[in-house]
Amino acid sequence: MDLQYFAELFLGGLTRGSIYALIALGYTMVYGIIELINFAHGEIYMIGAFTGLIVATVLTFAGFPTLAVLVLASVAAVVYSSCYGFTMEKIAYKPLRGAPRLSVLISAIGMSLFLQNYVLLAQTSDFLPFPSLVPDLAFWEPYAHIISSQEIVIISVTATVMVLLNLLIKFTRMGKAMRATSQDREMAMLTGVDVNRVISVTFVIGSATAALGAVLIASHIGQINFYIGFIAGIKAFVAAVLGGIGSVPGAVVGALVLGWTESFFTGYISSDYEDVFAFIFLVVILIFKPSGILGRSETQKV
Amino acid sequence: MSMDFGGLRAVDRLDLMIHRGEIVALIGPNGAGKTTFFNCITGLYTPTEGDIHIHPPGGGSKRINGLKPNRVTELGLARTFQNIRLFQQMTVLENVMIGRHCRLRSGIAGAVFRPPHTVSEERQAAMDSYRILEKIGLESFVNDLAKNLPYGAQRRLEIARALATEPFLLLLDEPAAGMNPHETHELDQLILRLRETENVSILLIEHDMKLVMSLSDRIYVMDYGRKIAEGAPGRIKNDPVVIKAYLGEEYVA
Repeated sequence: MDLQYFAELFLGGLTRGSIYALIALGYTMVYGIIELINFAHGEIYMIGAFTGLIVATVLTFAGFPTLAVLVLASVAAVVYSSCYGFTMEKIAYKPLRGAPRLSVLISAIGMSLFLQNYVLLAQTSDFLPFPSLVPDLAFWEPYAHIISSQEIVIISVTATVMVLLNLLIKFTRMGKAMRATSQDREMAMLTGVDVNRVISVTFVIGSATAALGAVLIASHIGQINFYIGFIAGIKAFVAAVLGGIGSVPGAVVGALVLGWTESFFTGYISSDYEDVFAFIFLVVILIFKPSGILGRSETQKV
Repeated sequence: MSMDFGGLRAVDRLDLMIHRGEIVALIGPNGAGKTTFFNCITGLYTPTEGDIHIHPPGGGSKRINGLKPNRVTELGLARTFQNIRLFQQMTVLENVMIGRHCRLRSGIAGAVFRPPHTVSEERQAAMDSYRILEKIGLESFVNDLAKNLPYGAQRRLEIARALATEPFLLLLDEPAAGMNPHETHELDQLILRLRETENVSILLIEHDMKLVMSLSDRIYVMDYGRKIAEGAPGRIKNDPVVIKAYLGEEYVA
């Protein structure tokens, strides 16, 4: 077996997995807190990509250096998407608190369609080129044929976000409130936790990581359109279910497993059936372990 | 105060008063509406009729029906549940720290940027929580998961968590349920001690009559949603209406 080819596929899968993980977080955290599959989450990601594109175009035009453009475009996407996530929860989900889960789910699907078409009308239905925002790291040049600077940045940003998020959930006051809310919402209220605030914060965090992922991957792939949220959303959802929905470490594991599965299957077998392999793998996992890889009742749910 | 569910009147014009520093018991047969009454006071239900007023130690008076449970807790009411409802997957210390939550200020920005006051606030919360555990006698379990505690300790942890919210009124829903006589005796001592050291009034629902009689300053008796008697333990024990409610008609001769 060609070791270098294997390494390439491995690292390619790691990159894919990282992006899936950034998006899957939003699904799994929201599910952990209010048991809702937020189908509009992919659209938040898509809006993040568009915001990143607009800001990046303006800044590049104004003559900012590439690194500054990357940072500012990411920040803008994170802030803008977070606002969308926050507002979406207030408009589409909060009024349905206590309603049957199916109603909220329908509301989520409606929100998803609305946002897709809103961007379609407000922007365009065409594919738009997305500038490559990650500068080539000079010191990395000798290894760039195995893994590009872009991919290095994606992987390290994801890893950093995951570590920070884990610390936040484990040790901070808000993190404890989130865990308490996910275990017993009513009891959390009775111990003085403002549950509505916890839910808002959850949506904001999920939207922020999705937007960050959007800018990074758009810059890597090089084009976006209003429909990218759907595919990305489905994949990230698969990752979340694979890992055990509701569990944060599960989402990361699920995303990486999915990334590697896709990467290795397409690399060794055929690239025509990329999505098919991903979903076959999902079906197999769910047959043998319906609650997902880490989806035991004992995993930390948020 | 009344509470209806559809056509069912679960609590029927119950009128109840607790004075500062009192231990008051609410008793009655199963299904009398005691827990419903608790749910109304703590904001889980909004009463159909009537008002709930509190007079916090700071002075003043506030009507609290219809408020969100977390607001009620902030105002100084804390409760425990008949069936234990701890955060099972969290440690004993974390459970108590959640109770401290509403008394702390730092939000999500603090959690992300960690300014010094957030760090010191969290350290303070951990220390306060530990002190509460010492008072309740749970300090040896600090880092155990709540679900791994022995039964009696879980019950006491619920009380510790409630205390952490700094209540002036503590609502205990069957605190002795499932406890053996020894544990019940310890609980008895604990509740009396809390009244002295923590300056709380206590309203408890309890079926263990020995505990109720020895603890309470006053007792309210409910049946079918109504108050059927109130008074000192000695009077309640011999009240024919109460005996009838508990044992049925034929025993009253």
